[in-house]
Amino acid sequence: MSQFLQLLFSGLTVGATYALSALGFSMIYNASGVINFAQGEFIMLGGMVAAVLTASGLPLPLAVLAAIVVVALVGLIVEKLAIEPARDADITSIIIITIGVSMIVRGVVEVTMGKGSRALPHFSGETPIALGGATLLPQSLWVMAVTAVVVAGLAVFFGRTRLGKGILATAHNRLAAQLVGVDVKKVLLTSFGLAAALGAVGGVLIAPIATTSYDAGLMLGLKGFVAATFGGLGSGVGAIAGGVLLGLIETMTAGYVSSSYKDAVPFVLVLVILVVRPRGLFGLGPSERV
Amino acid sequence: MLRVENLTKSFGGVTAVSGVGFEVAKGTIHAVIGPNGAGKTTLFNLITGIYTPSSGSIRFEGVEIGGRAPERLAALGMSRTFQNLQISMNLTAIDNVMTGAHLGLNSSLLAGMFGIPDLGGRERAARVRAAELMEFVGCGAYVGAEAGSMPYGALKRLEIARALMAKPRILFLDEPAAGLNHTETHEIEELIAALGKSGVTVVLVEHDMKLVMNVSDRIVVLDYGKKLAEGTPAEIRVNPDVVAAYLGAESEGV
Amino acid sequence: MSEASTPPTIGRSSPEITAAALATAPGFRSRHLPVIVLAVVLAALPTVLPNAYYYDVAIRILANAVLAIALNLLIGYCGQISLGHAGFFGLGAYGSAILTTHRDWTAPMALLASAAIVGVVAWVVARVILRLKGHYLAMATLGLGIIVTIVLTNEASLTGGPDGMSVGDMKLFGLRLTGEKVWYPVFAILLVFAVVLAANLVESPAGRALRALHGSEVAARVVGIDTASFKTRVFVLSAVVAAVMGSLTAHYLGFITPQVASFHKSVELVTMVVVGGMASIWGSVFGAALLSLLPDLLARFEGFETVIFGVILVATMIFLPRGMVPSLARLVRREGR
Repeated sequence: MSQFLQLLFSGLTVGATYALSALGFSMIYNASGVINFAQGEFIMLGGMVAAVLTASGLPLPLAVLAAIVVVALVGLIVEKLAIEPARDADITSIIIITIGVSMIVRGVVEVTMGKGSRALPHFSGETPIALGGATLLPQSLWVMAVTAVVVAGLAVFFGRTRLGKGILATAHNRLAAQLVGVDVKKVLLTSFGLAAALGAVGGVLIAPIATTSYDAGLMLGLKGFVAATFGGLGSGVGAIAGGVLLGLIETMTAGYVSSSYKDAVPFVLVLVILVVRPRGLFGLGPSERV
Repeated sequence: MLRVENLTKSFGGVTAVSGVGFEVAKGTIHAVIGPNGAGKTTLFNLITGIYTPSSGSIRFEGVEIGGRAPERLAALGMSRTFQNLQISMNLTAIDNVMTGAHLGLNSSLLAGMFGIPDLGGRERAARVRAAELMEFVGCGAYVGAEAGSMPYGALKRLEIARALMAKPRILFLDEPAAGLNHTETHEIEELIAALGKSGVTVVLVEHDMKLVMNVSDRIVVLDYGKKLAEGTPAEIRVNPDVVAAYLGAESEGV
Repeated sequence: MSEASTPPTIGRSSPEITAAALATAPGFRSRHLPVIVLAVVLAALPTVLPNAYYYDVAIRILANAVLAIALNLLIGYCGQISLGHAGFFGLGAYGSAILTTHRDWTAPMALLASAAIVGVVAWVVARVILRLKGHYLAMATLGLGIIVTIVLTNEASLTGGPDGMSVGDMKLFGLRLTGEKVWYPVFAILLVFAVVLAANLVESPAGRALRALHGSEVAARVVGIDTASFKTRVFVLSAVVAAVMGSLTAHYLGFITPQVASFHKSVELVTMVVVGGMASIWGSVFGAALLSLLPDLLARFEGFETVIFGVILVATMIFLPRGMVPSLARLVRREGR
């Protein structure tokens, strides 16, 4: 029982970061129809920038804030320089572009911040909290709480604000959104900035628990992509559910079945889901018309 | 040749085609008309296998074909064009037409790799035939062109040439004159009449009433997914229900 | 097919139309001349290659070019993306390695068996996942490749785990294939074959069907093209080619690690196809050459290789979206007019 609880805690922690990553994928997918393979690099970049800044003496809260701002800016630049000029390219070309972007980000981090792995200090100490026979790191609480706040914030943004509604409208029907006066360019830019910021939040939250390095982005990104697909590409609820479920299943597999095959679990799972329900758990993609 | 009975298709809660039935005799030109949203294209998509009927029957030369995949219907001699162009823009014009000969050529990957389909001269014959059909439908000037560089009107004809390349026993034309100007529409009308004369059975959906009245042997009128009337052009012209449906539709500003 | 009804007599034939039609058929200059040039260049290359290192570079280019051509049939011609093709390459490599070391099979038998196994696996997978479109297909193929990598890494008793395993020499018709100079002609002949077969294929009725279904799937279906079957067959074909190349590469290298099946390798292959030019066989040859040489060319920019590699990818896709060879060919054609 206590083992189960322990796995539940770490599963939820990991799942929360997957959910943040998946939300980033979904947001960009909604606004532009693009799967951004550089999303994982945003996560890595957030963790790395924060770690480097704290190591150079900046107080933790400031470093975290700065990291999020920097990564959001990188997101905006990526959209402006790499995505916008290739609007009409086909899916395969855009996938290659985002893979190119991820190489650029990874390469720049490698050169400027080194190959070694780095850790961020825990936000409020490393004294584990005992709970029902299991222990929980305070950082895990941070991860879950911040994810919850971010999700609530996004719900307000998409439900209440003009820009948020514009993004949803663009996702639904780009041309129609344009006709009713949504600035599609701004929507695209915003979604990249937001997705990058989301990635950075995930990155700084998880960096104290799992150390980060220049090459950590790939797996984080792929798992976010899996979570987003699992829940249904483009669905916000799907991204969160997909992320949390994935985190739980992965941790449970590691605990009860085989830790060496833990990384295979998400990919097996997503294959099964795609075969049984090709649009993911919550996805309602448009059907093709003749 | 083709007998449709009680054909129904619903999407979710919307019934697009409801209990439609009619018969197409061999060698005739049959038109399906009706106001926008009457279910004409849905009817075409049901008969040509793009959609699966919710209920009802479609028999082609006595064989039930409801729900059969389009590629299997093609083997039975069914061919069609599309309302919104479906041309492969990554191919040359003549390659598009030649795809129509697919079932008559050796399409094995292995044979293709070793150049076997070329050997019997069938590929060559198909190429010549494709050019002849392009000439026949009136886009012979584009025999050497890329599909992507052709104007809209020529692409509409190219679709007809591709459909003819498949040697259809029955040919479905979905709005062949849509988007064409007066002269072009007239040319298409002559083309359809010529097709009819040469013995191809034609079923067409078309909005241009003049064209429909001139070329059709029989007309089926759909309204709100149901069959409103059926008859010869002369009968349809004076049918009070049809006149009301069209006038009604026009007074709503459709 | 029965022709019960009288076949309609439509259209007329004339010598002019026949001539115009035949002029559109791919001729000697566009079809066979480049192959002859390639064969001559490959035959002459050993006279200028100074040492084993350059032979190795050439072999890597040749092997990648064959892989890229096969993958281009799927991605460029058929329009179906695969982000997991290195998985099939890896299965072929490890199939040969395991069967020859643990089971004492002869290398050619192991190669054939691995190719057959991969063919069956690819067929089963294709039936299921090729119903998916766009990003879902990308996800499914990506997942497949990663699962293969993870299995290869974890089944250490068979595969040696992350440290890899060594593979013995290949004997073919009593000839022991070992060393760069022996392998070079093998891979060179394979590439010439691959180019000829692929060029024949894309101009054949089957190739036309593939290109047509890429352009409009529904239009292809109504003229009788069984699109599902074509996608499956091309997927299997490209997977089997990948497996065979994996087997040969394993014997050539003599040592393999699970990295041969990695996501990185899959991306590299797709990049060769896309940067060289989708639906262009010569584009794949060029893309393979460029991307195989790039790491060496960039080595002098210590540390910045990854960045420059990324910049080249992004810039190519933005400024030459059809890929290098088709975009440049189009430019040349326009200049010529």
